[in-house]
Amino acid sequence: MEQKKKKPVVLYVFLGLYLLFVAVSFIINFEPGKTIFDHFTLFVVDMFKLFPAAFILVGLFMVWVDRGVVERYFGEYSGFRGHLLAILLACTTLYPFVVVLPMASDLYKKGAKLEIVLTYLGASAICRIPMTIFEATFLGIPFTIIRYAVSLPLIIVSSIVIGKLMKKKQAKMG
Amino acid sequence: MLYLYLLAGGALAASLLKDRNKTKKALQAAWKMFIKMLPMILGIVAAVSLLLYVLPDNVIAEYLGAENSLAGIGFALIIGSVSLLPGFITFPLSGLLLRQGVSYTVLAAFTTTLMMVGIITFPMERRFFGTKLSVYRNIAGFVIALLVSLCIGLVYGEVF
Repeated sequence: MEQKKKKPVVLYVFLGLYLLFVAVSFIINFEPGKTIFDHFTLFVVDMFKLFPAAFILVGLFMVWVDRGVVERYFGEYSGFRGHLLAILLACTTLYPFVVVLPMASDLYKKGAKLEIVLTYLGASAICRIPMTIFEATFLGIPFTIIRYAVSLPLIIVSSIVIGKLMKKKQAKMG
Repeated sequence: MLYLYLLAGGALAASLLKDRNKTKKALQAAWKMFIKMLPMILGIVAAVSLLLYVLPDNVIAEYLGAENSLAGIGFALIIGSVSLLPGFITFPLSGLLLRQGVSYTVLAAFTTTLMMVGIITFPMERRFFGTKLSVYRNIAGFVIALLVSLCIGLVYGEVF
């Protein structure tokens, strides 16, 4: 489902301008520019500490989990159980959204039903175990319980609705 | 983070024992994926660093703590949608905001959109799933955040 390859020009222009801005800031001692770059390095270091392990896990997942397995658990007829399994898989997510994306797209390519991939994506945003522990610590356990109880059913419902919408579009095109 | 590495190390070892060739393929796939996504990731981080300068903590606190709670929810939904913060920053920040008097309702709107709606990651999502699907998904996330925040508000007795 990946779109046809085109060079993301805007992205490179943006990165180029950003680099220029930072370089100039350092030359003329422009404080805001330096602060911005401090944040940049902080985040990059933080993310890249996770990346080796995260990408290795996704790579292993792609090689070992084959079509048959995905179709059996997440395929066209997996129904409600498929959604539950997708949520369980999502709960164990330990890496950022940018790594969840290729994994979800791999699931889809291997025959998972679209609505279940969507549940996985949605649930991986809201119910990761490590994040939940943080949330409960700072905002209280009742907060977390209500959020789960309200958002998980809504995620399943919205995934089914979006899945149906996309199917209709495809049928129209076909 | 330690668990992540233990898990990855364990999985890698198990995979090596079972099939060396497949393991090599997995590592190659992982590397290729990383290289392909690298410019996008750097772009996102660059955008976040700019955003954080424009919207520092105290500005966020000021808007979210607005007297009018409806306006607070609105700001929370918008700020949460355009921002992207790692979880280990989001929740300590939320704890801080809570102590500064921001309501649970507003915090629910803020944290849920932060997690579910990603304007900054949208270009990347679009590459994997196409524009239409990504738009639907983000709108759904926004609506879910609104509903979650209203429910939290009801339970905590902050709205109505």
